[in-house]
Amino acid sequence: MVVTARNFVGSYYDPDRLPTIEYPEKRQKLPENSRSFPMLIFDGEDPEAGLRCVACKICEKECPPQCIYIVAERDSRGRAVRHPKIFDLDISVCMACQICVEVCPFDSIKMDTAFEMAGRDRFGAMLLHKSELAKSDAYFHSIHPSEAVGSDARVEHIKKPAGRSQAAPAEATRKAA
Amino acid sequence: MSKAKGKSKGRAKTTASAAAPRSTSTDAPTGSPPVSDRLAPGQLKAQIEAAVEGARIEVVLNPAVPGQSSLVVDPAHAVAVARFLRDAEDLKLDYCSNVTGVDWPDSVVEEKVVHPERVEGGERTVEETIRHRHPGYLEVVYHLYSIPLRHGPVILRQRTANRVDDTRVASLTPVYRSAEFQEREVYDLYGVHFTGHPDPRRILMWPEFEDHPMRKDYVEPDDYEYEPTPNAEVLGKARRHYPMEGTE
Amino acid sequence: MSKVTPFPGQAESGGGADQAPGGMQYEVSRRPGVTDEDEVLEVAVGPHHPSTHGVFRMDVKLDGERIVSLKPVLGYLHRNHEKLGEQTSYLGMMPYTDRLDYFCSLTNNWAYAIAVEKLAGLQVPERAEYIRIITGELTRLFNHACLVGFLLHDMGTMGTPLMYAFREREKVLDLFESLTGARMMCNYQRFGGCRNDLPDGWLDEVSKLVAEFPRWLDEMEQLLTGNEILIARTEGVGVLSPELAVSAGVTGPSLRASGVNYDLRKVDRYGIYDRFQFRVPLGEKGDVFDRYMVRVLEMRESVGILQQAIRDLPGGPVIDPRARQRNFMPPVGEAYGRIEAPKGELGFYLISDGSRRPSRFRVRAPSFVNLTILEDLCLGHTLADAVAILGAVDIVLGEVDR
Ligand code: SF4
Ligand code: SF4
Repeated sequence: MVVTARNFVGSYYDPDRLPTIEYPEKRQKLPENSRSFPMLIFDGEDPEAGLRCVACKICEKECPPQCIYIVAERDSRGRAVRHPKIFDLDISVCMACQICVEVCPFDSIKMDTAFEMAGRDRFGAMLLHKSELAKSDAYFHSIHPSEAVGSDARVEHIKKPAGRSQAAPAEATRKAA
Repeated sequence: MSKAKGKSKGRAKTTASAAAPRSTSTDAPTGSPPVSDRLAPGQLKAQIEAAVEGARIEVVLNPAVPGQSSLVVDPAHAVAVARFLRDAEDLKLDYCSNVTGVDWPDSVVEEKVVHPERVEGGERTVEETIRHRHPGYLEVVYHLYSIPLRHGPVILRQRTANRVDDTRVASLTPVYRSAEFQEREVYDLYGVHFTGHPDPRRILMWPEFEDHPMRKDYVEPDDYEYEPTPNAEVLGKARRHYPMEGTE
Repeated sequence: MSKVTPFPGQAESGGGADQAPGGMQYEVSRRPGVTDEDEVLEVAVGPHHPSTHGVFRMDVKLDGERIVSLKPVLGYLHRNHEKLGEQTSYLGMMPYTDRLDYFCSLTNNWAYAIAVEKLAGLQVPERAEYIRIITGELTRLFNHACLVGFLLHDMGTMGTPLMYAFREREKVLDLFESLTGARMMCNYQRFGGCRNDLPDGWLDEVSKLVAEFPRWLDEMEQLLTGNEILIARTEGVGVLSPELAVSAGVTGPSLRASGVNYDLRKVDRYGIYDRFQFRVPLGEKGDVFDRYMVRVLEMRESVGILQQAIRDLPGGPVIDPRARQRNFMPPVGEAYGRIEAPKGELGFYLISDGSRRPSRFRVRAPSFVNLTILEDLCLGHTLADAVAILGAVDIVLGEVDR
C-alpha cells in the first residue's frame, strides 16, 4: 500500500514519476533513429524527375515479405531507363524492417517516421504508389539529420558519373535548385 | 583481449580480474562450442559400439563447425544408445536440448568420369556422365548436452528408410522427456512416425490436417482471400485461384 | 496484519472438492447412478483467456477444483516460421526472428546471429560484443520485470505491479527505439556485429536507467516479496524436481529455480560473458515462489553486468567489415548456436547448402520446450494455481507456435 500511495501521490509532484503524457496535445520528440515505413527520396523540387531511385530492383528482391513492386521506365526504343515507372509499396505487408534501406546502393529508399496513418479503405489506401512515397530530401534532413548528411555525400559521389547518361534530368533539377 | 589492454589501464585491470577465474575454473571448457576429447565422434563411436551390442554408428563430419559433427544411429538401437549416453559416467549427456527433423529429398548427383578405353589399335579416353540417384529420407536430429559435466553438443541423428511409406524411427521420449513435444512437432511437420512415443498426436497443426508442411515437396494451398497486392507471385497465385479477378 | 488464509480452498491443500472458494460448505447432492467418473468436469481454458498470455488453450479435466489432467493445445499462432526461413535469404530472416518472442527481439537477433556466425566463422568486433551484452541484459531486465507483473496480474492484483513493470519497460523500449529505430521489432544485430553504432548520449541514458533500476526493484520487492497473499498463492505450488527439469529440457530461470546450476552465460560463455562477474541465483524448492525470486535476483545481477559493460565499453567498429549482409552465402555445413535468452535456452539450428537460403532453419524455442512439463506441475492443484504456474513458466506464444 505504501508503495502504491507513494506512486500515486508522487505522480502529481514529480514529473519523473508520471510516465504518461496527454498525447494529441503534447507529443514526445521521436528519436532520430525512429522508423515507420519506407519512403523514396527525391532531390530538388520535382518529385518525379529528382527521384534518386534507379529501379535496380535490389530492394524488391531483398524485401523479406516481398511488398515492393517495381517496373522500370522504358524509353521510346523499349530499353529500360534508370527510373521507375511503377514503384508500389504495400504497407499492409511491410513490416518496417529497414532491410530495403540497408541494401539500396543509391540511398534512394529511406525510412519515414510518420506513424499517424489512417484510411477508410483497407486495400487501396494501404498500397502506396510512387507519388505518395516520394518525399523531398529536405524532409529527410528534417527527420534524420545525421543520416541525411552522409547519404547526400554518397549520392553526390554516385550520381556525378551517372549524371551524363540517363540521370540527366535529375542532375539538371538539382543544378537549378 | 589484448586490444582492450592497450586502451586504458582501468580496463586492462578489470579484464585481467575477470579472466582470472576462467584460467582456474575446471568446470567448463571455454569457447564455443566446447569440444573435449571425450566427445570426439570417433571416440564416441567406439565407446557406444562397445557398450551397446549391435549398434551401428556412422559419423557424419560437419565441414563448417568442426565441433558439431554428428553420429547417425540406427533406429533399432537408438533408445539403448541414448540411454547409454545419458547414464555413462564420463558422458552424462542428460539434457536433450533440441530435437528437429530434416527433409532430404531424392537427389540426383551427376558425376563426370574420365576413363581410358581400349579400342583397336590403341587407347583413348572417354568421358562419361554417371547419374547417382540418392534416395531421399527424413532425418531426426537430437542435440545432447551434459548439465553436470557442462559439455556438448553430441549430435545424434536417426534416419528413416525413405520419405514415403516407411518413416519410422524410435522415439527417445522414454529417455529424454524434453523430446516429447519436439517429437510431436517433428511428426506434425515432417510426418516422421516415432515408435514408442506416449502421445503421438499433432501439435501445431489441427488434428484434421493431412499433409506435413515442412517437407520440401509440400504445396501450399492457394485458397486464401484475394487482396490487392503488388507482389507478382502472390498476384499470380490469386489469379489462378480466382480466374475472373484481376485482369491487367 | 493478522495471519489469515486469504483464499481457503485454494491456498490450503486441505480444501477439497466440497468447499466453495468462499470457504462455504455445501452439500453434495448426487443423482443416483452418477459415479465419480462422471463428476469430472472438462474445461477449456483459452484460447482467448487473458491469463494464457496469448492464444493458447489448456484442456483441463477437473475433479471438483483439482486438476486431474491438463493438455496444452498449441498452434493457434503457428505460421510455419521455419518454412519461411527456408524461403528467405539469411539477412531477410533477421527481422522475422524479432517476431518469435516479441518481448525480447534483441536476444532473438543475437541467437540467430550467433548461429550464422558459427556457420560462417565470422568474428565479432569487441565493441559490438559489448553492445550486444548491453542490449541483451536490458532485454532480460524488462522481460523479467514484466513477467513478475504478469504473474501477479494473473493471480489477481488487477494490474498495479504490471503497470509499474510496464512503466520501466517503456523506458527501456524508448532506449531501444533511439538505438535501433523500433521499440519492439528491433532487427538490430547483424552477422558479424551490429547494424549501427550507438547514438550520441545513448550510453548516458542507459547508465541513468541502470542506476535507477535498483530503486524500482526495491519498490517492487517491498510491494511483493513477503506479501502474504503472494506467498500463500505461490509457495509449494507447482514444484518441479531437478531431475524432471533436466530430463524435460526446462531451461532458463525455471530450471535454476529448481536448483540446477546451468546458465549458458556461464557454461558456453558465448560472446564475452567470461569477462563479466556475476552470480547465478538458484532456487531451493522449485516452486512458483522460487521462480519469482530467481527472476528478481537475476535482475539484480543483470544490473551488475550492465554497469560493468557500460564501464568497459571499448571504441572501434561495430561490425566485421568482411561480413556481407546481402547475398550472404555461408559454406556448406550445419551449426547449432544457442544463447541464454531471458526465457531459457534459445537455439538456432541451421543447415546450409551453400546457397543464399538455409536449407533448414530450426528454432529451438524455450517457451515451447518449457511447456512440456506443464501438466506435471499442475496435477493435483486447483485451476487458480494452474494459472499461476503457467504465468511463472513464462511463455510467449509467438515463440511457442512459431
Ligand atoms: S529504391 Fe534503391 S534498391 Fe530499390 S530499386 Fe530504387 S535504387 Fe534500387
Ligand atoms: S521496410 Fe522491410 S518490409 Fe518494408 S519495404 Fe522495406 S524491406 Fe520490405
